[in-house]
Amino acid sequence: MITSPQQLTNYLEAFSDFEKSATGHNLPWLRKLRRDAFARFCETGFPTTHDEDWRFTNVSRLAQTPFQLVRTGHELSRSQVEPYRIAGAACQLVFMNGRFSSELSSMPNHANELEISGLADKIASNPKPLERYLGSYLDIGRDAFCALNTAFTEDGAYIHIARGVVINGPICLLYISTGTDTPIVSYPRNLVVAEEGSQVSIVEDYVSLGGGETFCNAVTELVVGENAVLSHYRIEREQKQACHISTLRIQQARSANVASHSVLLGGSLVRNNVHAVLAGEGSECLINGLFAGNGRQHLDNYMLVEHKSPHSNSRQFYNGILDGQAHGVFHGRIIVHKDAQKTDAKQTNRNLLLSDDAQMDTKPQLEIYADDVKCTHGATIGQIEQDALFYLRARGIDEISARRLLLLAFASECLDRMSNDSVRTHVATLTNAALYDAALPSSVSAQPGHEQAALRWNEVG
Amino acid sequence: MSLLEIRNLHVKAAGHEILKGIDLKVDAGEVHAIMGPNGSGKSTLAQVLARREIYEVTEGQVLFEGKDLLAMKPEEAACEGLFMAFQYPLEIPGIGNAYFMRSALNAVRKYRGIPEMNALEFVPLFREKLKLLEMDEKLSNRSVNEGFSGGEKKRNEILQMAVLEPRLSILDETDSGLDIDALRIVAKGVNAMRSPERAMILVTHYQRLLNYVIPDFVHVLVDGRIVRSGGPALALELEETGYATDEPDAMPA
Repeated sequence: MITSPQQLTNYLEAFSDFEKSATGHNLPWLRKLRRDAFARFCETGFPTTHDEDWRFTNVSRLAQTPFQLVRTGHELSRSQVEPYRIAGAACQLVFMNGRFSSELSSMPNHANELEISGLADKIASNPKPLERYLGSYLDIGRDAFCALNTAFTEDGAYIHIARGVVINGPICLLYISTGTDTPIVSYPRNLVVAEEGSQVSIVEDYVSLGGGETFCNAVTELVVGENAVLSHYRIEREQKQACHISTLRIQQARSANVASHSVLLGGSLVRNNVHAVLAGEGSECLINGLFAGNGRQHLDNYMLVEHKSPHSNSRQFYNGILDGQAHGVFHGRIIVHKDAQKTDAKQTNRNLLLSDDAQMDTKPQLEIYADDVKCTHGATIGQIEQDALFYLRARGIDEISARRLLLLAFASECLDRMSNDSVRTHVATLTNAALYDAALPSSVSAQPGHEQAALRWNEVG
Repeated sequence: MSLLEIRNLHVKAAGHEILKGIDLKVDAGEVHAIMGPNGSGKSTLAQVLARREIYEVTEGQVLFEGKDLLAMKPEEAACEGLFMAFQYPLEIPGIGNAYFMRSALNAVRKYRGIPEMNALEFVPLFREKLKLLEMDEKLSNRSVNEGFSGGEKKRNEILQMAVLEPRLSILDETDSGLDIDALRIVAKGVNAMRSPERAMILVTHYQRLLNYVIPDFVHVLVDGRIVRSGGPALALELEETGYATDEPDAMPA
């Protein structure tokens, strides 16, 4: 417990202020949801590194900073948002410090098939459909940040795709943090319900305007119906002082097919939780990610995949590139419950360390309670392969360009799994820019026999 | 001026002296074969010429068109017109074969002050070379050497040579492990590159390739030294007798 009584008092004051005036404060179910979540947070406090799930990530800095909740939108013009548009998008919802801005957003034209709104607007106008789903799958007992987000749930995106509807072009959600003199926190809460047989791609793009200490604690719940196909993309490219903790909770019905793609390029302290539950028989899940850090960035990826029914199939692929003094974490947990026979689960984490001071912790964790399953995991940590570098240079490509090509090739393993062309192009542009400087060789000390020293380990279980 | 001139080259790797004084002159238009038993230093010589940095040159000089080759980086040597076909070509996942070759060609063209080629201009050139090497066009969009068979990898090396059109090519055991059809195709590619302006060094363990690519000179490398040099007949003689008479312990004291 690193949460001091003073810190709890701060949160308690903030919560009682918030609770009185928050949208939907008069709805008993929502009031209970918020209160129970806040009570849960008070019981657990912030996690410490003694907590197995947080062993490699120290959040004491977050716990100690007196973040202020901002509930009024910041004034921005459409032209300021323009550079963040993704070509080919079906629509774009813009959130300023967690608050939906209808002026900055462009809404879709599929009124009956697709319902999209700000969550607060939905709570105010027609909260009935929310009651069934909001918070019903999220595990606030295990994660203090999910509890906090739920306690302060008010705005975010609400997306409902009707049965059998196919939405072409991604739905883009842009979250803009604007720094101020005081540290600010936002709690975006998104709920996506994809009914039976529907198909959609959703992009969450997190960016910053200006510097300053910001903390974004986001939760997205995806409820994916039978035989529905959903792709989710999370792009974290906030500025280098931003803290970002997000949880993606995926609930899959029978034969549902979900892909989660995460691209972490920005932020200082970033935690990316993906928790998929393959509840229905024959469901399939791809969890794909790329993280690239430099400076003192800390990028933590915590994956939890639960197989609950027979014949479900999950694939996890995460590639990390770490430069400077960056610290990366990959924690991949797979639970195969006792009825989930014929599960096929695979997990691969590959990492490149570009400097002597970069650090990577990777930890697989398999818990298997069924007896007829296939589960494999493997991890590698290495450096840019000197033989490959020489091969490219021997063909006339200069060293920096050769390093750049190899880094992009490593990143493209993840990009190639993104099925939506316009999102992949968008992500590729961001990745190219982020990795451009990472190819400069200065960060690696040139010692003789360096390539033999390359650490390489493999395990398959 | 010779295209390549090696003078008294001594090379160490991991503290051991591998090359113990090599002298060799290669003129434009010539094809030289360097033969020798395992561990004699053939591949080391090829890699030093391609500027692999893990080797330490302790003595000697190498001039490539009169320039100090040993002062060049690998990419500079390549841009100056030196090419080595790798004994074990690397697999590079994530980089398309055609993209890689165009990048390489453009790096060389840029170095020489020739305008770079865009994808549209490159495709016909690339197709023509693929045809020469009897390679499937499908291989052009696959990652470099990834999932290629041994023979396809070796042909891919010769394909790169054909695209880059180097002045001096060093083929490091390109013939090893090839079946007779692949060998014939590789030899065709190599012969197509022979010209009065170009030279080649064929580093090989076996005489077989030399039935298809007739060298002007054959050198025998044993224990880091060239112990014999001769014409194409020397290769045939070695095929009969092996390297036994050239081994150091078989030589009179």
